[in-house]
Amino acid sequence: MDMNKIAYAVILGAILGALDGLSAAYEFGFGQKVLTIAGLSSIKSLVVGLIVGITACYVRNKGMIIAVGMIVALAFAYLVAAQPDADTGEKYYAHIMGTGGLVGLIVGYATAKFSEKQTASS
Amino acid sequence: MSWISDKTIQRLRQVAELPDLTGTHYRLLERVAHGGMGVVWLALDEKLDRRVALKVLDVSGEEEARILAKLEHPGIVPVHDVGRLADGRVFYTMKYIEGDRLDRYVAQISSVPERLRMVHRICEAVAFAHARGVLHRDLKPENIMVGPFGEVLVMDWGLAMLLGDRMPGDIGGTPGYMAPELARAEARHLDERTDVYSLGAILQFLVAGRNTDKLLRAIIEKSIEPNPASRYADVKALASEIAAYLDGLPVAAHPESFVDSARRFIQKHRLAIGLVLAYAAARLLIQIFFGG
Repeated sequence: MDMNKIAYAVILGAILGALDGLSAAYEFGFGQKVLTIAGLSSIKSLVVGLIVGITACYVRNKGMIIAVGMIVALAFAYLVAAQPDADTGEKYYAHIMGTGGLVGLIVGYATAKFSEKQTASS
Repeated sequence: MSWISDKTIQRLRQVAELPDLTGTHYRLLERVAHGGMGVVWLALDEKLDRRVALKVLDVSGEEEARILAKLEHPGIVPVHDVGRLADGRVFYTMKYIEGDRLDRYVAQISSVPERLRMVHRICEAVAFAHARGVLHRDLKPENIMVGPFGEVLVMDWGLAMLLGDRMPGDIGGTPGYMAPELARAEARHLDERTDVYSLGAILQFLVAGRNTDKLLRAIIEKSIEPNPASRYADVKALASEIAAYLDGLPVAAHPESFVDSARRFIQKHRLAIGLVLAYAAARLLIQIFFGG
């Protein structure tokens, strides 16, 4: 297994997940709540990155890697979104799944490109 | 009225031209081509039972074979043997390539990048020859063979000369591919830039009639500059430019403006940029439709 691909996907997932979480500040304002969302979002995308990275070690098809990134991210986002907000009791499916799925797609795409370069240079 | 027919004269000429290989372990099979400074035959090496290309030189001298023997490279046809015919003419044998000449093979290559990769491989072989101190002087599509697996081989080193030598009396070369300084026989000492010109002309031939952007045109124009000092200094520099162009990187032949750089960046990363914009758009739409 190519640890470079996994590390790349994990780090990218964690960073993009955190940024995605921080973008909630637009709605809630910057504070403890947004930091918690960013932390959880980062962990969620880190796990997505791990799965995408492992997939990239075995699969060469770029479309497949991107699809795995998006599907896994949507699945995790659904699990998170299904939990009601502690303050309001609301569920934010669109907020979490909409952008979470796109983050998974971006992680998948970037990892597939990285994997392509790794293969070409080896 | 002549009492010997043209047909008979032609036949006599063919027979007279046939090299007498008595005393060698080669048997002629058929005439393949008339290259620079000699005729190339397909022959059978009876010792090793393999087909070889056998070139009989018009001039007496083993220089061409010696030069070619220096060049062991996957992109250059290897010499097997050298010898002398009963009439004193020198012959040498080389690997017989069952492929097609580039000028014919080019119809099978549809994409411009693939054609550029082919020129890049030719550049590698020529750069190797230059590193060994040898100039080809007659590079053209007819002198490039493409093997059955797409391998590219530079052929016909009949006009080759050593770098730093004075230009020989025979100008040689082929109009359209021959550098102006070579055609005018004005340069006392030729250098790598003479071959750079020919490679630029080959590049031009390969992309003729295709959609080419200004970067590629700039590379071609710099390669075929009439003044050698304005060309790429050597074949390696040309090869690097082709590689940079293929990788979507800036090329030295065309200094970029900020707008050009931005356009190239967007072109290269269009999908990644698209994804980031899609993310931003999704964020905005969610805020508009579901925001509190």
